[in-house]
Amino acid sequence: MADTSSPKREINKSKTKIPMREQAPGDRIFNFEEVPLGYNEIEATQEALRCIQCKDKPCVAGCPVGIDIPAFLKLVGEKDYEGALRKIKEKNFLPAICGRVCPQEDQCEMVCTLNKPAKGREPGGVGRVERFLGDYAMEHDLTITPEVAPPTGKKVAIIGSGPAGLTAASDLAQKGHDVTVFEALHKPGGVLFYGIPQFRLPKEILVREIDGLKDMGVKFVMNYPVGKAESLNSIRDRFDAVMIGTGAGLPWFLGIPGENLNGVYSANEFLTRVNLMGGYKFPGGADTPVKKIKRIAVIGAGNTAMDSARTAKRLQPEVVYLVYRRSRLEMPARIEEIHHAEQEGVDFNLLHSPIEIVDDGKGAVGAILCQEMELGEPDASGRRRPVPIEGKVKEFAVDTVVIAIGQGPNPLLTADVPELERDPRKGIIKTNEWMQSSLPDCFAAGDIVTGGATVILAMGQGRKAADAMHRYLMTGDPARKDGEAGDVCGNFPG
Amino acid sequence: MGNKIVYSKELAPQTKLIEVEADHIARRGKAGQFIILRVNDEGERIPLTIANRNPDQGTITLVYQVVGKTTEMLAALDVGDEIHDLAGPLGKATEIPTGKTVVCVGGGIGNAVVWPQVQALKAAGNRTIAILGARNKSLLILEEEIRALADETIITTDDGSYGKKGMVTHALDELIERGEKIDEVITIGPVVMMKFVCKTTQPHGIPTQASLNPIMVDGTGMCGACRVTVGGETRFACVEGPEFDGHQVDFDELITRLNYYKPEEQVSLNEYHRCRLETAADNFTRGE
Ligand SMILES: Cc1cc2nc3c(=O)[nH]c(=O)nc-3n(C[C@H](O)[C@H](O)[C@H](O)COP(=O)(O)OP(=O)(O)OC[C@H]3O[C@@H](n4cnc5c(N)ncnc54)[C@H](O)[C@@H]3O)c2cc1C
Ligand SMILES: Cc1cc2nc3c(=O)[nH]c(=O)nc-3n(C[C@H](O)[C@H](O)[C@H](O)COP(=O)(O)OP(=O)(O)OC[C@H]3O[C@@H](n4cnc5c(N)ncnc54)[C@H](O)[C@@H]3O)c2cc1C
Ligand code: SF4
Ligand code: SF4
Ligand code: FES
Repeated sequence: MADTSSPKREINKSKTKIPMREQAPGDRIFNFEEVPLGYNEIEATQEALRCIQCKDKPCVAGCPVGIDIPAFLKLVGEKDYEGALRKIKEKNFLPAICGRVCPQEDQCEMVCTLNKPAKGREPGGVGRVERFLGDYAMEHDLTITPEVAPPTGKKVAIIGSGPAGLTAASDLAQKGHDVTVFEALHKPGGVLFYGIPQFRLPKEILVREIDGLKDMGVKFVMNYPVGKAESLNSIRDRFDAVMIGTGAGLPWFLGIPGENLNGVYSANEFLTRVNLMGGYKFPGGADTPVKKIKRIAVIGAGNTAMDSARTAKRLQPEVVYLVYRRSRLEMPARIEEIHHAEQEGVDFNLLHSPIEIVDDGKGAVGAILCQEMELGEPDASGRRRPVPIEGKVKEFAVDTVVIAIGQGPNPLLTADVPELERDPRKGIIKTNEWMQSSLPDCFAAGDIVTGGATVILAMGQGRKAADAMHRYLMTGDPARKDGEAGDVCGNFPG
Repeated sequence: MGNKIVYSKELAPQTKLIEVEADHIARRGKAGQFIILRVNDEGERIPLTIANRNPDQGTITLVYQVVGKTTEMLAALDVGDEIHDLAGPLGKATEIPTGKTVVCVGGGIGNAVVWPQVQALKAAGNRTIAILGARNKSLLILEEEIRALADETIITTDDGSYGKKGMVTHALDELIERGEKIDEVITIGPVVMMKFVCKTTQPHGIPTQASLNPIMVDGTGMCGACRVTVGGETRFACVEGPEFDGHQVDFDELITRLNYYKPEEQVSLNEYHRCRLETAADNFTRGE
């Protein structure tokens, strides 16, 4: 144990974050290995020491799960990595994952006291240090096995194995409940497995975390699409409570002519073929084909679009266009991903709105036509809206189009349960403040409640649901009694 | 923990019937639904129809034609071997009417799908006529099973080696001409065949369900690979189908989409054959 009573704490006065080593763009587009290489101990300690341990610690409120950020950074500064990891794991059991995929610039780091762009000062590299700790645990085979309470005799079903489901499974198992996770696909992890590519989140990390859950006694049933393999109501009969974490997996299309031509993929299909099915190893390494791509256009500008564009880049085409109808300001992707995509040579075409996909004469994609746009008058929200520039249509000659404009909730589970209240327009499940649905024994968390959001939000909600479910299971009432200590901080939309 | 093959039989050249352990699917599957399986951990996910179920034994029957790498690997498995994994039941069940006259038109491997349909139709008290087509006598499958259930069974072969010579559509025309009052037609088989069955029934206003077989990846509505155009709208066949109103289906688009991966699938199969040859040669030189 480090001597925490030590009165002196040197501060690293560097204005900018300790840089993180990366694979060079010219190398990495030829492989699916991870791009940022992570901090070593010296770098992590130095970065942790940039945190001035400010009194208000605004960063904590900026983290959707309320990690005690100054506390863990302090411990890292003292080289007590195990202690730091314990601190994080109080709130977040997937640091190696969140450190990599959290949009820190909109959360903990955005509100950091150090963050003064005008003065050239960067926030504390919270995410980077968090990632270091997650990786450190893995390299040193350091398992912080949570204590599992004695069995309560209660059985809980978790439907969907994305971050929301995994977090709830972990928390409920710790409280002594008998937890079974049902997953429609053949691999657990949700978007973490089938969506986010290997070069951004190595699957080995996920596999390790899931093995940890299995060690805690959580059972996983794969290839089990609830709603088809078994109805939700039948699951409800067999279990004392149910947590629905089925995500937002239904891809949206544009509704423009030519969308069913060969060579048009949803981002989900494209990423699934490459990630989940290992299509980049085809043929020989894997059996699911991915077409040889020469020229590709990816539509959209969120994380899904960046992941598709960067995945495409690694399949060695001549050109990867990114087409987005708004301007740079509105691009929803993480800044780091936009930056990486640019470095890798993705050709950005902002203010271009797709209007038609053109047949090559053989039923496949030949080109995509885009209406050029310009920023018009500000709308009610003060944002300048894109408006078409009369008569300006640009043609991109491509053989593949990937549509990455977002996705909605998959109705597979909810279709035959009208009693389960949903938002009639968005299809998301309605919950009260305890993540409880209109069916008292069914709770819901993650993208199925918020619509497409983030990993950490899904985890936060999974934890909140687990917390309420525990009270529901033990007392019949999910509400926290006045004065009862809660282990959930942060505010969640919805 | 895979799904064990408990029975296996060759029905025709390149066509096999297997019975596989899959308890919950055996109990809950319905006519018209399918499963998705992977032969190994690197394998493709392929959809196959649930041809029959035995809830007491906890097994389902699959009937498949060997057309590419995955089905070839599947055919190489013996009784006692395990299929790596199997998900289902998927898709919507066929809507089974009661007290109607229904004609089921199957072609080739499609007859495997007609089998559970005829079972369900008979169980619901429908008069059921089966028209089973095949290129020639040796390729005709499940004739006895279906004949035992249907009120009338008509066989057609392209070369006239058995039953009537000609296409299933001719037999269907004859039924209509003889004044048979047909309430509904269900058709399952090669896309071109289904297209012409629908063309045959359309002028007579006979409702016709076609069971579509687009390329699928997940089978749960997550990817959109299986999209088909029905009545001018895009539908996901894996969750909204696989059966649709045949008079509304854009069959030409389906044919084009089914052909998209042909070259890649050929590469995959060739690669598999090459590997097997090399392994065989290795074993030979090692004296195994
Ligand atoms: C390509 C891509 C990149 C992204 N990048 C980032 C990023 O960098 N940072 C970030 O914070 N967020 C990112 N996101 C968003 C983030 O991944 C999601 O918000 C998060 O995964 C939601 O978690 P979840 O647990 O609610 O659902 P999901 O991760 O969607 O998991 C739901 C699981 O439920 C299963 N399921 C669905 N229906 C059933 C059923 N009926 N029965 C059984 N199982 C079922 C699904 O197969 C799936 O495995 C990205 C999303 C995508 C698609
Ligand atoms: C709902 C549904 C039910 C089906 N039921 C049966 C069945 O009961 N018995 C049976 O033999 N076949 C059935 N099929 C077709 C079967 O899925 C394909 O034959 C199989 O995927 C071929 O895999 P492969 O790797 O052996 O061949 P591949 O090398 O992948 O393909 C060989 C040929 O099959 C076509 N094909 C490839 N994938 C599919 C696919 N997913 N669907 C349709 N055609 C495809 C290709 O265009 C190609 O011409 C069904 C398909 C669907 C969608
Ligand atoms: S979980 Fe995300 S938001 Fe919270 S501290 Fe870590 S990186 Fe920041
Ligand atoms: S806001 Fe920044 S400086 Fe202050 S405690 Fe948090 S990380 Fe440290
Ligand atoms: S197969 Fe993926 S949505 Fe139908």
